[in-house]
Amino acid sequence: QLPTGLYKKVLVILHDSVLPYMNEPTLMMDFLTVAYGIGGTISLLALNGLFILIHQHNLEYPDFYKKLYNLLDPSIYHVKYRARFFHLTDLFLSSSHLPAYLVAAFIKRLARLALTAPPEALLMIIPFICNLFRRHPACRVLVHRPGGPADMSEDLYIMEEEEPSESRALESSLWEIQSLQNHYYPDVAKAAGVLNQSLSEMEDDISGLLELSAYELFDKEVKKKAVDVPLEFEQVRGLFGKKNSIFAEHFSLD
Amino acid sequence: SNPFEVKVNRQKFDILGRKTKNDVGLPGVSRSKAIKKRNQTLLKEYKEREKTNVFKDKRFGEYNTKMTPEEKMIRRFALERQQNYGKKNIYNLNEDEELTHYGQSLAEIEKLNDIVDSDSDTEERGTLSAELTAAHFGGGGGLLRKKVSSEQQDEEEEKPKSRKELIEEMIAKSKQEKQERQTRRESALELTEKLDKDWKEIQTLIARKTPRSERKDKEVEKPKPDEYDMIVRELGFEMKAKPSERLKTEEELAKEEQARLQKLEADRLRRMHGIDEQANKKRPSHMSADDLADGFILDKDDRRLLSYKDGKISIENEEEKEEEEGEEEEEEQGEEEDNENEEESQEESASEDEEDAAADSHSDLESDLESEEEAGNKEEKKYKSNENKSQSVEKLDPKREAAKSELPYTFAVPESYETFKSLLAGRTIEQQLIILERIQKCNHPSLAVGNKAKLEKLFGFLLEYIGELATLDLPGLRTIDKLVLPLYNLCQMFPEAASGSIKFILRDAAHDLEEVIEVKGRATFPGLDTLIYLKIVSLLFPTSDFWHPVVTPAFLYMSQLLTKCRITTLQDVIKGLFICCLFLEYVSLSRRFVPELINFLLGVLHISLPKNRAQGYTVVHPFTPVGKNLELLLVCDKEDVKSWEKQNVPLSIVNRLKEASRTEINHTRLSCLAMCFDLIKKCAALYESLPSFHEIMHPVRILLTQHVPVNEYPEKMQEWYHSALKELENKVKHYTPLICEKKKPVPLKQYTPKIVKVLEFGRKQAGSKKEQERKELIQRHKRELKGAIREIRKDNQYLARVQLSEIMERDSARKRKVKELLGSLATQEGEWKAMKRKKWKN
Repeated sequence: QLPTGLYKKVLVILHDSVLPYMNEPTLMMDFLTVAYGIGGTISLLALNGLFILIHQHNLEYPDFYKKLYNLLDPSIYHVKYRARFFHLTDLFLSSSHLPAYLVAAFIKRLARLALTAPPEALLMIIPFICNLFRRHPACRVLVHRPGGPADMSEDLYIMEEEEPSESRALESSLWEIQSLQNHYYPDVAKAAGVLNQSLSEMEDDISGLLELSAYELFDKEVKKKAVDVPLEFEQVRGLFGKKNSIFAEHFSLD
Repeated sequence: SNPFEVKVNRQKFDILGRKTKNDVGLPGVSRSKAIKKRNQTLLKEYKEREKTNVFKDKRFGEYNTKMTPEEKMIRRFALERQQNYGKKNIYNLNEDEELTHYGQSLAEIEKLNDIVDSDSDTEERGTLSAELTAAHFGGGGGLLRKKVSSEQQDEEEEKPKSRKELIEEMIAKSKQEKQERQTRRESALELTEKLDKDWKEIQTLIARKTPRSERKDKEVEKPKPDEYDMIVRELGFEMKAKPSERLKTEEELAKEEQARLQKLEADRLRRMHGIDEQANKKRPSHMSADDLADGFILDKDDRRLLSYKDGKISIENEEEKEEEEGEEEEEEQGEEEDNENEEESQEESASEDEEDAAADSHSDLESDLESEEEAGNKEEKKYKSNENKSQSVEKLDPKREAAKSELPYTFAVPESYETFKSLLAGRTIEQQLIILERIQKCNHPSLAVGNKAKLEKLFGFLLEYIGELATLDLPGLRTIDKLVLPLYNLCQMFPEAASGSIKFILRDAAHDLEEVIEVKGRATFPGLDTLIYLKIVSLLFPTSDFWHPVVTPAFLYMSQLLTKCRITTLQDVIKGLFICCLFLEYVSLSRRFVPELINFLLGVLHISLPKNRAQGYTVVHPFTPVGKNLELLLVCDKEDVKSWEKQNVPLSIVNRLKEASRTEINHTRLSCLAMCFDLIKKCAALYESLPSFHEIMHPVRILLTQHVPVNEYPEKMQEWYHSALKELENKVKHYTPLICEKKKPVPLKQYTPKIVKVLEFGRKQAGSKKEQERKELIQRHKRELKGAIREIRKDNQYLARVQLSEIMERDSARKRKVKELLGSLATQEGEWKAMKRKKWKN
């Protein structure tokens, strides 16, 4: 009904400048439900208003978590409203009454998508997943499965499955996080390394991490004071270095 | 000692193994000791408290313990006689008159007698007399004789020797001693003479064995007065001459180099795994020993250079040279090493020739330095040969030689970037390199104090210059290619400054990017200069470190570039692929996972496809599944596809897309695509060990297998494609369930006593060594203070006692005197009364 730009603008301000002043916020129900069903960024934005309706006005939304689960796609780590979305997701998943399979599916999907995420998002999502493990100890089989088969030829988790209960997440393991332990950014590697040990009881506070930007990370790294600077010991032979380097293979200096 | 005088200090607890030194005390003994000591010191002081005069004992040798009493007496007597020598006794009237007997002076006679007396036959005489007496008195028994002798002794004892006799005896003794001494000296002299003679005989034998050269030296040397000294010195020199270290063979050098590299590699691995070894953290010496030697030689060269620049060579320099000649051997050695290290490719024979040439020039130098000009020429020649050696072989061609000779030999470090640029402007690459090298040589930090800061600045200028070259319309990439060498050297010299300036550039670039994103909402790829800088980072610093002050920010910056910058043109694609290559190079050793890299490659593949085919995979920012910038790499022209040949993408294209024909652009596109396939293959090889390798590569694989129109590609491209796909496919799927590391169980609290090693009894163990020492010092001070206070108190008590006794003594004396007086008065009174009574009676 509305052009996309306007849609987004409306949804961004809806939850804090429109809904509280309405006599009958439930009137927005249809609008939000439709927006949520559209998918992509608009869905993400509609989530906020929907949350208020569910939380304060007893809106019953069928398959809410399933929808939420299907909202997770690689772009969520790259979009502008990442902080907002993860703040809400954190809220939705904070209930301890959620079934383990659902949380495990969420964890697995988030971790899988993290394989394409930039470092600032990774720094946020890894503590996020850790928190989920803390809230739902039943999911810890994802990182700790002592009695399982020694070798598997497949990751049993089915990424394409839309229904969380069918995704077989609980039978899988979090190899994604293990891969991230090899991430180039040392902080990410360290954060991922936390899952190797048994988790501490206290939840991490991720509110400060939600808004993290790449530039902030860069700034932090640049400002770090180094005691001494290790140097390359191999003698330089030219800009492209050795003969077998990738550059010499694909680029020429002309 | 007396058990009643012993006081036993009883211990409350008996501790096994503890030794106590104060378990028994002798209070009586110690008190008497203390009192005695005070009597000797304090009392003396007390008694002399108001006396300023001092008793001085001037007797000769009174306190000299080395002298025997007899000697003392003799010397004293001699002194006395000396004092009295000139004086005449006024009371002795007869002194001058000589007493005579038959015209002979009595004194003479006496002397004669004395001499006879002092002879050794006095004893004989004595025995004789004894015999005589025996004969006279008829004694023959030993007993009697003994008796006699004892009698004689008695007689002698009875008769005290007169003073004169005594003195004469002494004089005789001293004379005898003197004679003895003389004989001893004579014999010693004789012996030494004999020894000298013997030594000379032996010495000739030894001398024959000494090497000829030294003997020649000996001959040359001026004959010195003391031959023996000379020989000793020579022998000393001979001992010091040690065999010089032999030149190392090539194999040894190679081995050393290998060992050095191995060490550095181990160091790098440690850093890659992020192991912090603060404890045994040594400053890794990345400057090799060769480098240091290099610098040392450069110093030498510099000095000569400077001297030449003046146009004439001062005498001072000549002297210097002569001094240096001694060191030339070492220099040559160092240079050889340099050659072998720097120019591995160089042929042996060539280097040998050069060495020979260098040696020749050295010998020339040695032989004569007749005229200044000639010397100057030789200097130049020598310099050139050095120069040749230190530079690569390609610079040997004559044309450049000529060009080089035009350059001045010394350069000051430019103070600003403008002067630096003007210095390099209009020069060829080689000349620029030489200029930079000379600047470095002339301003080596060891030469002057400020040079370090200057050269650090030079690094910044060089970086800026490189950046400028890269932004040119026709980028001077060849120049940059050569300029990285001095950049590397400078970086090795000043790592801190170099990292600082590179970080500064990175920060600027990142800041610009951030600003653009904030203002426009989207970013564009930076210029070629930034890409070159990022490449230089990988040249100067180890990119495999877990954390590195320069490399980690560079990583983050590149990640931002790949995720934030929009792809709108072919140049953007090339830049992005360049950054992908950079990423791959950065992580080639550490095999770290870079999600952005895979995302970007997927995106590049995506834009090479015709529209509306995106299914089964999702591209992420900056690529969009739908939009206007799709099909950027899509080539539709069948002709172009056919005529395509894989070629390296020239970097200059990034700055300025040539007004090329459609075909050329299409060819570039295809080259990019081929590059993309290759990069995917490399990624697959790099990340195969990651546990979720298949998940990471899943979208790429889907795209490759389902969407890429393989059959439309030329054959070469198909090869690339298949090799990439093969690399992806032939990895086994292998998953092992995760298991947490076992946490070390927290031990239960136990109540067994803590056992601590006791190093010394009675001393507190806690605290560090320093703390312990401090405590001990404090305690000792306290103890000493207490002791001193106690001593002072005791001194006071003692003094009070002495004073009291003095007063008592005084009082009693007074009492006694008064009593006496009163007594005498009483007797007087009594007597007087008695007298009176008598009178009355009378």
